[in-house]
Amino acid sequence: MMPSVAGRLNAAGSANALELRGVTRMFGALAALTDVTINVRPGERRAVLGSNGAGKTTLFNCITGDFPPTSGTIRFFGEDVTNFPPHERIRRGLRRTYQISALFTGLSVLDNVYLACRGVSRGRFSLLRPRTGDALLQAAESLIEAVHLEAVSHRLVGELSHGQQRQLEIALALAGAPRFILFDEPAAGLSPKERAELIEILSSMPKHIGFIIIEHDMDVALRVVESVTMLHNGRIFKEGPPEEIESDDEVQELYLGGGHG
Amino acid sequence: MAHVLPATAPERLTVLEGIPAPVWGIGLLLLAMPALASNFVLFQIFGWSFVLGTIALSLMVLAGYGGMVSLIQMTVAALAGYVVAILGTSGVPQISLGWPWWLHIPLAILIATLFGTLVGTLAVRTEGIYTIMITLAIAAAFFYFTRQNYVIFNGYTGFNKVFPPALFGIDWRQPVPFYYLTLGCATLSYLAVVWMARTPFGLALQGVRDNARRMSALGFSVTAHRVLAYSFASVIAALGGILLVWQNAQVVPGTAGIPQVIDILVIAVVGGLKRPIGPFIGALIYALLSVFSSDLLLAFGMSGERFKLVVGLGFLAVVFFSPDGVLGLWQRLQARMERRGRDLRPGGEGAS
Repeated sequence: MMPSVAGRLNAAGSANALELRGVTRMFGALAALTDVTINVRPGERRAVLGSNGAGKTTLFNCITGDFPPTSGTIRFFGEDVTNFPPHERIRRGLRRTYQISALFTGLSVLDNVYLACRGVSRGRFSLLRPRTGDALLQAAESLIEAVHLEAVSHRLVGELSHGQQRQLEIALALAGAPRFILFDEPAAGLSPKERAELIEILSSMPKHIGFIIIEHDMDVALRVVESVTMLHNGRIFKEGPPEEIESDDEVQELYLGGGHG
Repeated sequence: MAHVLPATAPERLTVLEGIPAPVWGIGLLLLAMPALASNFVLFQIFGWSFVLGTIALSLMVLAGYGGMVSLIQMTVAALAGYVVAILGTSGVPQISLGWPWWLHIPLAILIATLFGTLVGTLAVRTEGIYTIMITLAIAAAFFYFTRQNYVIFNGYTGFNKVFPPALFGIDWRQPVPFYYLTLGCATLSYLAVVWMARTPFGLALQGVRDNARRMSALGFSVTAHRVLAYSFASVIAALGGILLVWQNAQVVPGTAGIPQVIDILVIAVVGGLKRPIGPFIGALIYALLSVFSSDLLLAFGMSGERFKLVVGLGFLAVVFFSPDGVLGLWQRLQARMERRGRDLRPGGEGAS
């Protein structure tokens, strides 16, 4: 594929953050992904676009291991993780959020974030309660502040508004020391004000943390990324910088419709 | 000094400050019970309730915190009882080894826990109704195995004369000592579960219940957490099983027959699966109904052996009116009283 050489050079000898080689995922006879090859540099921020059923979420599920690929390999910072269970990939610095909030509704906001912090550190099976100055508890509290949820930190997650739940989704993905994050439509169902907050949260993330974002809202997606991959029917259709994709006639016709830009 | 919990209730600061007044009241009442109640009530109602409640508590841990309805808990309890009879002393000296209590009691808990963990390892690969089926199948297999195996389990007759060790020179099967023994074990198990629920392990278990896939996307091994929940629950079930065998002074295949296995489910569901106190409330109701409903039925001119009918009808009524058991019923009643209180208050103030 075209960007692989340039990508390697840019990484200056170090491994790519994410390297997919010929990833195919079948559901029975249906190919949700066909021969997808993607390279993402450490710290790179990329949008994945495509209409419904283009294979965007399947791509995420392959990367995290929720649905391992039928064929092909996935490398994470140089390490072949193709056959790793999801939790082993997460412990290596991969994170994801879900299109439909996947939270622990019976627990408080603080408990949710605390669990996320605990999941990527030792003592997951500990039978000791955390003490006042517990480092993970403090980490959880500062994450809650980062996504502006400190006012509801002791409320049950089931009682939160949709927008607050979306923010909590992001807080969970930021726990520990993430190296690469997969955001699955983080702006879905957000108000314009909440969208602005989301853009602020995404662009204020430390520069070394790269991410892939699936987003239908171009105003959100194209403002926070430096490259775009366009999927169509489970195959890579186009790759390039946002301006190029946005002005591409084929992409316009296929995805954006006539009305945009 | 204070273990500050990452609690949903931030005002709950220390362990002692967090205990509300009614709990102190109930605690004192339970401690003073031997001065108030007859030996029969102490042994047959309260002792039995604490024992059954402890076993049902182990199911509450799995179902309430882990989202896994296991029907193996009574079998784990009975196995612990069997090991006590086989390694300790019983009325079957040709099988019982007569080992001292400090050896056979820990071994009984250990073996039952290993068994429960093994069953858990098989069961956690299934969900919902299939978990119920696989644990029920193993429970049934254990029942028939113990009934047919005479070399280890002494078959149909099982073991009689299984008594608790006379520690400190006390006969622990006397009503008052047995009451305190079971009260102590039940309280210990209850506190262990309350404690566990707020530890990283307990929180993670509840996370697995709410959304297993998300838990693995946070770095947790879902399978390991589920299996270890079975281990934790097995320790509690084993403790209850040993007490049960001491109370009956015997252990037979029917100790964990299918009806007994189902009874534990009924007790936990009737009491309420959401909070660890639920199984004890369910057990108290079950014990009261079992002991007194035959009198009730006789009073209405029916056969006293039909007490299971009353238990069953009660179960139906509770499940029908309150999916979260008697506890849920109580909480809803309380909420309604509060609402009514609020509704009345403005009118009262206006009049005065």
